[in-house]
Amino acid sequence: MGQIKLESVTKSFGPVEVIPPLDLTIEDGEFTVFVGPSGCGKSTLLRLIAGLEDITSGKISIDGQDATHVPPAKRGLAMVFQSYALYPHMSVRKNIAFPMKMAGVPVEEQNRRIEAAAAALNLTDYLDRRPGQLSGGQRQRVAIGRAIVREPGAFLFDEPLSNLDAALRVGMRLEISELHKRLKTTMIYVTHDQVEAMTMADKIVVLQAGVIEQVGSPLELYRAPRNVFVAGFIGSPKMNLLTGPEAAKHNAHTIGTRPEHIAISQTEGTWSGTIGVSEHLGSDTFFHVKCDGFDDPLTVRAGGEVALKYGDKVFLTPDLTQLHRFDAQGLRIA
Amino acid sequence: MATQHSRSAARIMMAPAVILLLGWMLVPLLMTLWFSFKKYLPLRGGDLGWVGFDNYVRFISSSSFWPSIQATLIIVGGVLAITIIFGVLLAILLNQPMWGQGIVRILVIAPFFVMPTVSALVWKNMFMDPVNGLFAHLWKFFGAEPISWLSEASLQSIILIVSWQWLPFATLILLTAIQSLDSEQLEAAEMDGASPLSRFGYITLPHLSRAITVVLLIQTIFLLSIFAEIFVTTQGAFGTKTLTYLIYQRVLESQNVGLGSAGGVYAIILANIVAIFLMRIVGKNLDA
Ligand SMILES: Nc1ncnc2c1ncn2[C@@H]1O[C@H](COP(=O)(O)OP(=O)(O)OP(=O)(O)O)[C@@H](O)[C@H]1O
Ligand SMILES: [Mg+2]
Repeated sequence: MGQIKLESVTKSFGPVEVIPPLDLTIEDGEFTVFVGPSGCGKSTLLRLIAGLEDITSGKISIDGQDATHVPPAKRGLAMVFQSYALYPHMSVRKNIAFPMKMAGVPVEEQNRRIEAAAAALNLTDYLDRRPGQLSGGQRQRVAIGRAIVREPGAFLFDEPLSNLDAALRVGMRLEISELHKRLKTTMIYVTHDQVEAMTMADKIVVLQAGVIEQVGSPLELYRAPRNVFVAGFIGSPKMNLLTGPEAAKHNAHTIGTRPEHIAISQTEGTWSGTIGVSEHLGSDTFFHVKCDGFDDPLTVRAGGEVALKYGDKVFLTPDLTQLHRFDAQGLRIA
Repeated sequence: MATQHSRSAARIMMAPAVILLLGWMLVPLLMTLWFSFKKYLPLRGGDLGWVGFDNYVRFISSSSFWPSIQATLIIVGGVLAITIIFGVLLAILLNQPMWGQGIVRILVIAPFFVMPTVSALVWKNMFMDPVNGLFAHLWKFFGAEPISWLSEASLQSIILIVSWQWLPFATLILLTAIQSLDSEQLEAAEMDGASPLSRFGYITLPHLSRAITVVLLIQTIFLLSIFAEIFVTTQGAFGTKTLTYLIYQRVLESQNVGLGSAGGVYAIILANIVAIFLMRIVGKNLDA
């Protein structure tokens, strides 16, 4: 229950084509994450799947059934909105009950599911409050609770954690992942936070301007980005991308090396440079090294307790087995 | 207004307005009370001294008193019902994206800018005239006998005229309220399987409740004292004599200021009874 298939789906708002023809299959039970820069069409794609926007052309099928013209409520999908979209004048209990009430579920069954969802989401103490009296994280859980009780074929999340603070975000991230493991329901999750994408996804879909740049597991994308855009987008901090003579040495237009694949030394190495800003995270340190002959500083990861400081002369050596090479079109050279 | 400090600051800043309003209200109120205990006939001897509660007894025992209260309440209730029901519908309609929205919105608001006297005269002569009115022509076109609106359906006609004037106000307030409704809530309800009608009932209407309350309270205040519409149409005949109109007749037609003032005090009492009822019913919508 919950395979979603898009076939040459397009979407235009007036003359502006936001989604050019796009094909994508999301398997049953998969946790799929859409990532991409702001305005690339992630929300639009999700709303097309939900049925909240009509597609301009193409076909959407859910579980093999054509759902292109099926109204949102009949698609068996539940959506969690970025603004939570709770009903402010209803108590938490009524909010969660609303979809069941609309579906005509008997009251005893409604109560059973509400209690179960509230227990799973730690909401039992808040059932009689209004959304306005809850914290951001609690509201988020109510929104998820409202989605769970419908027992949908798939969950759609549109940046559900972006209004939460960092600590809460990590917590909710785990809760959603756990929920997925427990329910084994298809989930589509939109985010522009690539840590969320890397940690939660079975499959990541990287979008740019409505075009799918690459689809794959987090590690596939990390190990073998298909093009320069994906290389720069996946991984934190960003991959260092170099063009010009340095790339030509490796028979490529652009080469990329991740901060964690560069060794730093005070005595010898391929490239020499001076340390600029350093970011100490405790477990790791990221140095921004201004290298002789390169325009942009390189980011390098070192251990947590490295005794290097601003202005020190250092040598950098990239791990050549982990070097990514791209041609003039930005495509990966195998 | 969270802290002690901001509360007392707010009080000080509001004081001038409150004092001014209080004076504005108290002076006429005290004068009305003063005259209501006097026999005061400006053209027939002037101030004829104190008479105690005589005026009050005479005003209430007049055969026009209870019918006037009834007419007042029917007009207020009728206009409120029409303006709120149609106001909500119009607001929803005007909130839909459509061609020429800006012009339509201005047209809908226009009646509010027409003076009550003028609009009542236009209705009386252009629409409701039993010989030349548009309605009469319409009725004749369908082969029916024209109705002489203002005598046969006088209360309904006045309700119609006043509703026409107040509908823009209600629509405007409700439209701004509808525009502040988060569209994601409606979308969430749509995904939750709510039909358009349930979306209206469960999401839109509760969202509008506060605006509806505001419309209800403000309109009631103004509708209790409508006068011009009656003055230029029926002159209080055919059962359209409201309390306001009765007071006017007592003071100006009968030249009895004392009796009219007593009626004024009854009007204050009526307004307060209505206000208490309204606050009981809808006042909780204004909390939070
Ligand atoms: N109703 C609309 N009318 C016209 N253009 C729209 C509409 N909705 C979205 N767009 C355009 O479609 C593009 C994609 O928007 P979308 O909301 O899907 O971006 P997004 O990837 O979700 O971005 P973000 O990460 O900022 O939420 C944007 O360029 C936006 O301007
Ligand atoms: Mg978005």
